[in-house]
Order: sequence, then structure tokens, then C-alpha cells
Amino acid sequence: MKKLVFSLLASTLLSGPALAQMLDLEKDELTFGFIKLTDMAPLAVAYENGYFLDEGLFVTLEAQANWKVLLDGVIGGQLDGAHMLAGQPLAATIGYGTQAHIVTPFSMDLNGNGITVSNEVWAQMKPNIPTDTDGKPQHPISASALKPVVESYQAAGKPFNMGMVFPVSTHNYELRYWLAAGGLNPGFYSPDDTSGQIGADVALSVTPPPQMPATLEAGTINGYSVGEPWNQQAVVKDIGVPVITDYELWKNNPEKVFGITEAFATENPNTTIALTKALIRAAIWLDENDNANRAEAVEILSRPEYVGADQDVIAASMTGTFEYEKGDIRDVPDFNVFFRYNATYPFYSDAVWYLTQMRRWGQISEPRDDAWFDKTARSVYRPDIYLRAARLLVDEGLASEADFPWDSDGYRAPTPAADVIDGIPYDGKAPNAYLDSLPIGLKSDEPANG
Amino acid sequence: MTAVDPAHLAAKQREARRAIWFTRINKADAWFSVLGLAWIAPLIKALAGDNPRGQLKDVWRLLGVPLLSIVVFLMLWSTLAPKVVTSLGAIPGPVAVWTEAKGLHHDATVKWEKQAKFDERLEQRNQRLIDAGRASEVKDIAYTGSPTYYGQIWTSIKTVFFGFLIASAIAIPLGIAAGLSPTANAALNPLIQIFKPVSPLAWLPIVTMVVSAVYATNDGLFSKSFLVSAITVTLCSLWPTLINTSLGVASIDRDLISVSRVLKMNTYTKITKLVLPSALPLIFTGLRLSLGVGWMVLIAAEMLAQNPGLGKFVWDEFQNGSSQSLARIIVAVLTIGIIGFLLDRVMFAMQSFFTFSAQR
Repeated sequence: MKKLVFSLLASTLLSGPALAQMLDLEKDELTFGFIKLTDMAPLAVAYENGYFLDEGLFVTLEAQANWKVLLDGVIGGQLDGAHMLAGQPLAATIGYGTQAHIVTPFSMDLNGNGITVSNEVWAQMKPNIPTDTDGKPQHPISASALKPVVESYQAAGKPFNMGMVFPVSTHNYELRYWLAAGGLNPGFYSPDDTSGQIGADVALSVTPPPQMPATLEAGTINGYSVGEPWNQQAVVKDIGVPVITDYELWKNNPEKVFGITEAFATENPNTTIALTKALIRAAIWLDENDNANRAEAVEILSRPEYVGADQDVIAASMTGTFEYEKGDIRDVPDFNVFFRYNATYPFYSDAVWYLTQMRRWGQISEPRDDAWFDKTARSVYRPDIYLRAARLLVDEGLASEADFPWDSDGYRAPTPAADVIDGIPYDGKAPNAYLDSLPIGLKSDEPANG
Repeated sequence: MTAVDPAHLAAKQREARRAIWFTRINKADAWFSVLGLAWIAPLIKALAGDNPRGQLKDVWRLLGVPLLSIVVFLMLWSTLAPKVVTSLGAIPGPVAVWTEAKGLHHDATVKWEKQAKFDERLEQRNQRLIDAGRASEVKDIAYTGSPTYYGQIWTSIKTVFFGFLIASAIAIPLGIAAGLSPTANAALNPLIQIFKPVSPLAWLPIVTMVVSAVYATNDGLFSKSFLVSAITVTLCSLWPTLINTSLGVASIDRDLISVSRVLKMNTYTKITKLVLPSALPLIFTGLRLSLGVGWMVLIAAEMLAQNPGLGKFVWDEFQNGSSQSLARIIVAVLTIGIIGFLLDRVMFAMQSFFTFSAQR
């Protein structure tokens, strides 16, 4: 009887268009890596909801210890693809760190990060923060409130340390952006000194995401920049206070991408399209009907094989609210965006922004012209693959025509000044002009040297 | 005719039966000790009426004291643990850990059901492909879900034995060579001294790079991660066997060597008939040490390289940071300890079986 039910279930799931239009896959057994963060959700959902199987893909998902292990896994071929920091494929392709040509056909989400400081630092910052009419701190909080605290540390001869997850991580650039916008220098990289602390007011160092709360608690760092659920975890455990989310830093900023090697994409074109289809479906499911499926997504993510943190911690950010100081819960409906606002489309302008930040802080040590930024973005971000996958989904009736930017030239409309914390607009087509408009950081013609 | 007292005769027979019975118990006792159940024999003897007081003293020493120490440990654990409060809550006591162990078992049963469903779907898919005339695309694909706790244990055990077997296959011949020939010994000694203290965590990056470079295809008999873990185990567990083998071979009785000369034995016969049997107890001691080292090394390697197995389980739970994580890690720690103990017992049993030493 049980067997009968299973086979009925299986035959209904497998009938219909799924197999009839199944692409001729070059490789159907795949292993994908991920880091324990809520923004790996599209992978978990594509697996649990059977979207990979619908495409004929047999996928194994494996949690990785840190971003370095994950990147090495993709380059070494132990992993066929992975949930990656947007900076990783770009840095690998231009040869900063490990050299390897990695491409991305799918951007995984917008927003989803926060910056947390320890309770002690928060107590010292609080007097510098203006309050609302109801007595709560006024958001967004600028790093200028942190500046006197850092200065008191410097006066006492103590370093002010903060953690981020990887040298080319979104979190590194966001933390640097926030600090610089508040008048603090986060330090520069140079070819001779890759610590990123040349001339730094605040010393940034690498800590893997899940270890952030423990490292903060141990006092090794005074604050950190990380993705969820590790900011909310600090609140729940009462060891730190998130001061700002990246949504307030830059409204709807691009976050993780799905990375595969260029060789994999070339050798397995149909497999690449199939996996992109499955991921797009998962992103649609995560955002559809005004986040109606988020509670279910939280349950999936809380399983030990995915993120594994307690459900209420994951739900804190995944369901559209964010808890700052304990008890200070505010609505942030777009804290995690997986599909709205063309979140999954790999825009060249997103890649260019990451490249400008690598240039700004000296990871790209020599001046580059605007054409170089465009060329590099095009060699890594692959909207062509994305649109082919989207077209198939529309034809199969699994996605709606209106949801995709078919005629985009790959550049988002310039970000208006109002959407960024320091009021500096960003236009992906003019990266050098953008670099010159940022007060702290290398200018377009300035080489990095230590 | 001497009248034999029937009662005396019966007593004598009873005595003889008892003697046989006790011989059997004593014989079985050797095996019980091997299995770590040494307390059974005195208990039976006491029940059979052989000096109950003395035997019960043995039972107390062999069973009562260990049990008591475990009870004391559990009591200390449950009273002290709640006093240490971490960011993940207080350290769980024995009850919480037991609940989590049952939880892991429940997880495993849920995953087995999922796997059955997966296999069913796969069969359906293959059938559909056959029906559609695409039989060449039919494949048998292993379950892609996350492994159960039992699956992780089994992976670790397979890996440790694979690495340990390679290590033994390298170490025993080299050890024999070093034991027989002072020249070979002089050649091997510096290498042993230098490489023996190297930590598995230092070997791991090298092994990972070399395996990635040499074992380019990932669809062979073994997965890369399996090879990386196993070879790291090999590199670290090689040394105790190597050292003990060479020691055992070198300390062979000089008279035996003279006999082999008189008999004009060739090298092969000499090794199999003389050297191995007399060196076997020390070789086995080396193997036992090696397996213990290998097991410890494996967990560290799995944690660092994220290779499947118990080490990865521990690391994943550490990263999860959920309210159950600490208890689950303690379950894993106890599992690792118990399996390590059982592995040692297996080797000890094999040693008792193969050697003629007094330890039997």
C-alpha cells in the first residue's frame, strides 16, 4: 500500500512537462557547496521542492567550513558549483587570490546583511545617536556615532577590531563603506600588504560567518559585518547589537551569486541552463504572494543540514522584520529579497560595483579604465545563460513573461543618491567617476602602495 | 570386593564435572577479557559455588567499580554542566544528551523514509526513460540527501580502516626491512624521526593538493574527499606500526637466527617461519596504536576538510549554533569514544587470536 502511494506520488510529480522537455543533460549528478547563511535558501528550496529533480538533476548540497574552502572546492572540481560571495568569481577571474575563471548565471539575492557591535561598544555609541520622538535610536545609524568610540580606543592605545567574512566579501565592502561614510578609515590593501590595514582606524580581519557571535563574545573583535542569521543570533544570545542593515546602507544592494567555473559552463551548457532554471523557480517560490512561503522556508533552513540555527532566530529576518537592540523590532519587509526587483538577474552593474570597491581599497592596485570594468563584468556575469533559462520557464508556464528584463543592456538604472547612506549616487557605466566621488579611498588614477 | 560407597562415587563424578565446567569457564574467560567482559567468569564461578566471597570480590572490582565510577561521572556531569553558561545556553547534562541521541535516531528514520521515496522516484524516472526509448540514459544514482548520523559513523569507520590498511601495508614490510638490516634501519630512522611528530592538520593541505592534482577525475572508485581523509590517516598512523615492527623484528632471538643459518633457509622462509611469528606480538601492539592514532586523526581531518563523517557532523553542529547543537556534539563525542574503544577491542581480539603470547 505504502509503495503504491509512493509510486502514485512519484508518477504525478514526474508526469507533465518536466520530463517531456527535459534538456539533454551533459552531467546530471552535481554537488553544490554552500555556507550556513539564510541566503543559501534558493539552493535548499530548489532541492526540497524537487525543482532540481524536475530538471533531471540529482544534486547533493554540502555545507562548507568557510569561503576559502568553498572556493577551492569549486576550482578543484570537488564542487560543481556553489553559493558564493559576489566578489569571489570576480576576484578569482582577475587573479586576486586564487586565479580561476569563474562565471555566474544567477544572482542569489538582494540585501540580507547587517553590522553588529558588542554590547559594550553599543553603550559607548548610544550617547552619540539622536533619538526618535518615542525615545528609540534614530535609524539609520551612521558610523560617525562610532567615531568617538574608536578615538577613545586609539587614545588608550588599544586597537579597534572588527570582523568580516572574506577579503573580497560583500561584508568587507559594506563594513568599509559604512565606516568610510562615517569618516573612519578602514585601511588599504597593497600588493605587498594584503592585510588590508594600511593606515586603518579600524582593523578588519577575517572570521567565518557562523563563528562571528562566538568571536565577538570572546572579545577578539568589537563588532562584525555578516549575513543572517548571525546578527540576530547576537541579539538572541544577548552579546551584541546590530546597528545597521545593508538595506539602510544601500537600498536593494546585490548580494550572493551562484558560481560555477567557466570550464563547467562551456562543457555542460544544458546542465548550466537546467540548474539556473531550478534556482529561478526557487527564488520565485521564496518571494511569491508577498513572501507567503517564508515560514515554510524558515523551517527548511532550520534543519541541521542547511543553516541549522533555531527557527525563531532565522525567522527574525526572513519574515520581514529585524530586531536591533533587544526589544527594538522594526519592519524591514525587503530585508531578504530573492526575486522581486529582478534580484536574480546577474547585472553587469552589480559586478562593476564590486570591482570599484576592490579598486577603492587597493585590492586592484593599478588604475583601470571604464572599458576594463565593463569587459571584466561581462566575462564573469552571464545574463545570456540566465535569459535562456528564463525563456524556457516562461514557455513551460512556470514563470511569467513580465518578471524578466528581456531587453536590459545588463546595467541597472543608476542608484539615486537617496538610496545610499552617504548620498553618493552610483552609475555602473562610469566606475572611475564614481571612484573619484568617494571621499575616502583610492582615486581613479591613484595606484595602491603600502 | 571392595564396596564402593555410591555417594562417594557420585561426589567424585560431580567433582569431575565441576572441574570440566571450570576449565570451560576459564577458557571462555580469556575471550571475555578480550571483549572487555572479564567480570562474567567470576560471576558464573560464584554462582557455581566456587569460593563465592573471593569471586564476588573480583566481580566488584571488574564490574562494580567501573559502574560506580560511571555513575559518579554522570552525577558530576549533571550537577556541574548547568553551571557553565555559553552563548548557546548551559552545557547540557546527561538527560539532554540522551534526548538528543534519541532525536538523532528519529532524524535517521525520517531520512530513511525520504531515501525510500527518492529511490522510488528514481525508479519511476528510469522506467519512463525506458518507455520513451531512451534506455541508454537509465542510471543508478545514489541518494543525494544529507547522510544520517549512522551514515556518518559508517563513513568514518570505512575511511579509518582504508587508511589504516594502506598504512599497515606500507609499515609492516618497511619495519621488517629495518629490523633485519641495520643499513635499512639507518636509512629509515631519520625519516621516521622527522615525520612522526607531524600533525594531521599540517598534512591535510598537502594531501588535498596532491590528491586534487593526481586524481583528476572525480568519478572513479573513490571520491576525492574519501581519499584525502584516508591518506591523511595513513600518513599519521604509519609510524607506530613501523617502529614496533622493526623493534619486534630486531629483538628476535639470536639462536633462531643461527638455526636459520644452519638450515640454510632462504629469506622468504626465514621471514614467514621465524621472523613474523616471533615479532607478531609487537607488530600487533603497533597496529593497535596505529588504529587508535588513525581514529583520532580522522576526526580532525574530517573537521578541517569538511569531508563526510563524524568530524564533519561535529563541525556542522558547531556552526549551526542552535539550542540543540551542544548536546548533539556531546553525543558525537561519546560515539567517537565508544567506537575508538571498540576498534581497540577488535585489534586486541585479533592479536589474541593470532599470537601465542602469555596475554591470551
